[in-house]
Amino acid sequence: MPATLLDKLWSLHEIADLGGRDSLIHIDRVFLHERTGSIALRGLEQEGRSVRAPRRVFCTMDHIVDTRPGRGDISLVPHGREFIEATRHSAKNAGIHLFDIDDSRQGIVHVVAAENGIVLPGTSAVCPDSHTCTLGALGALAWGIGSTEAEHALATSTLRVSRPRSMRVNFLGETAPNVSAKDMILHLIASFGSRAGRGYAVEFAGSAIRALGMGGRFTLCNMAVEMGAFTGMIAPDERTIAYVRDTPFAPRGPLAQQAQTHWRELRSDEGAEFDLELEIDCAQIAPLVTWGTNPEQLADINGVVPEPEALEDRQKTLAARQALAYMDLRPGTPLRSIRIDAAFIGSCTNNRIDDLRDAANYLRGKKIVPWVQALCVPGSSATRRQAEAEGLDEIFLAAGFEWREAGCSLCFHAGGESFGGRRVISSTNRNFQGRQGPGARTHLGSPLTVAASACRGYISTAEES
Amino acid sequence: MTNARKQAFHRGVAAPLLQPNIDTDAIIPSREIRRVSKEGLGDALFSGWRYRSADNREPEPGFVLNQPRYREASILLAGDNFGCGSSREHAVWALKDFGVKVILAPSFGGIFFNNCALNGILAIELEEDAIARLARWVQADPGGNTLEIDLAARRIRWREGKEMHFDIEPARRGLLLKGLDSIAATLRQESAIRAFEEKDRKRRPWVYEFPDCQEPAP
Repeated sequence: MPATLLDKLWSLHEIADLGGRDSLIHIDRVFLHERTGSIALRGLEQEGRSVRAPRRVFCTMDHIVDTRPGRGDISLVPHGREFIEATRHSAKNAGIHLFDIDDSRQGIVHVVAAENGIVLPGTSAVCPDSHTCTLGALGALAWGIGSTEAEHALATSTLRVSRPRSMRVNFLGETAPNVSAKDMILHLIASFGSRAGRGYAVEFAGSAIRALGMGGRFTLCNMAVEMGAFTGMIAPDERTIAYVRDTPFAPRGPLAQQAQTHWRELRSDEGAEFDLELEIDCAQIAPLVTWGTNPEQLADINGVVPEPEALEDRQKTLAARQALAYMDLRPGTPLRSIRIDAAFIGSCTNNRIDDLRDAANYLRGKKIVPWVQALCVPGSSATRRQAEAEGLDEIFLAAGFEWREAGCSLCFHAGGESFGGRRVISSTNRNFQGRQGPGARTHLGSPLTVAASACRGYISTAEES
Repeated sequence: MTNARKQAFHRGVAAPLLQPNIDTDAIIPSREIRRVSKEGLGDALFSGWRYRSADNREPEPGFVLNQPRYREASILLAGDNFGCGSSREHAVWALKDFGVKVILAPSFGGIFFNNCALNGILAIELEEDAIARLARWVQADPGGNTLEIDLAARRIRWREGKEMHFDIEPARRGLLLKGLDSIAATLRQESAIRAFEEKDRKRRPWVYEFPDCQEPAP
């Protein structure tokens, strides 16, 4: 019987059928960070349990670590140092890999797991972080869990998992030149809502996916969780294999050949049946920006803030009213007339080298307006070095952006640096109330949209400034 | 997974928090996570809404859980997609520390839903209309109109002679009823795990043996 990519990944890792939809699933890689990983490691220690396979567990510093130049263990996050030191201590005791603050491989967990070849096509990977689904772009079965489940994965190399349903989203045709992977996933969320993926593993497929570089694929899978999905995934192809091949932890020599043969089989068979299939016509996708406090509250950048009463159901109307009150926006306001105070390029959604090149390409020879604070925070220390080798840092700095060390930074406010009270155009994944600081009003968009908006001081697309 | 506690029956005051998409950043903002600990987070629950300012903790009287009639609430009547967003289990630990035992919503964020069961909080999916009906009844007299949640019988009793049934996956129900330590249960399957790995190692050796990379020299 023809199998889906999910079927193949599931059967590769299923140790036992636990009845109903539940299985005992083998976990090939566990990733931790100092925010939630520290608690999982300590929880395990307190129970007197140990990490079953420490060599297959990796930890990095990203959530609390400072991103200002010249950083050390001191973080502006209150008690941040306690998290950093506890993580270092527990990681050492457990004997797991740690990419510490000054390690050349440090960076955002989902970025470094991919660029080091720690998560590979066909592997199963979990992390106590909801954006672990990012790694599905490699053709891996990767999903976010809580700290308690992380303890289970650390202690047993397995998880008890309810099998998700299968969904395939076919992106057909071609996107316009100013439309990025970020706009593709925002368009999908706008079309079907932030709950459309609930209970599903979503495979992204179609001509527009094959045409996407790895950076774009990570962006797309990253936001699968913003449509409520268990995870996102993309079948590996030659582009995936080229990306993975030379990474530090990837198989070498004859093993590499064997692995590549295996990876090429990881795709949905012709005629495989999905629980749900959706289609997106890429010609219909325009650059999008959010106007509300949930990623589904979106509009075409050339459009206006909608009238809550005109939305299709009562829950949406209620949510829109509350969102507009928080965002201090009135229905009918053109998005391009919204003045911004800050601009942020960063996060596991959009801070890989492709994203930085996109934004820098636009910013070359331009300057941001004086009233905007603009930050560029690379996803990993390796990405930062690569960007510097290409001279991108100089373009960002000349345009008026701050150029930071790698980390999660202002994607969220943990009590340290804050966009509190300000209006931000942001390449991140969540526009929740207070996410970037108390009272901060976040508009999500692509890195290109962020760069263009910073230069005009108002929400903008690349064509108009 | 040792946090699960037995919970077969609960009676308590229900508070309505019906707006959709209440995310885990709203349940507990990241800035409230100040210790490498699962304890003592109840004070931080909904802090962005519950206090006039994050620093002085002066209650915002308009927020539902600050109203005297809902201060003892142990059941939340919530909107669609409750607990979406970040995987932070602190959201569940904060609810638990505050005293929340049961949450009723049309749907939940997936990771949050799992985290609830692992910490002994009963998250029940119910249709929006049913939740609205319960909310109207409770709002009339929260002191008198308590809800009874019977997990063993999968039943909510909401007024004399009035009840509704709910569905829950058997595994989740078992976890809540028995308070199972699932790490211990899985550790008992170690021989099956080892057998799987031996077989898998032949099929995918690169998963188990990989270059033991050190940090490259600068």
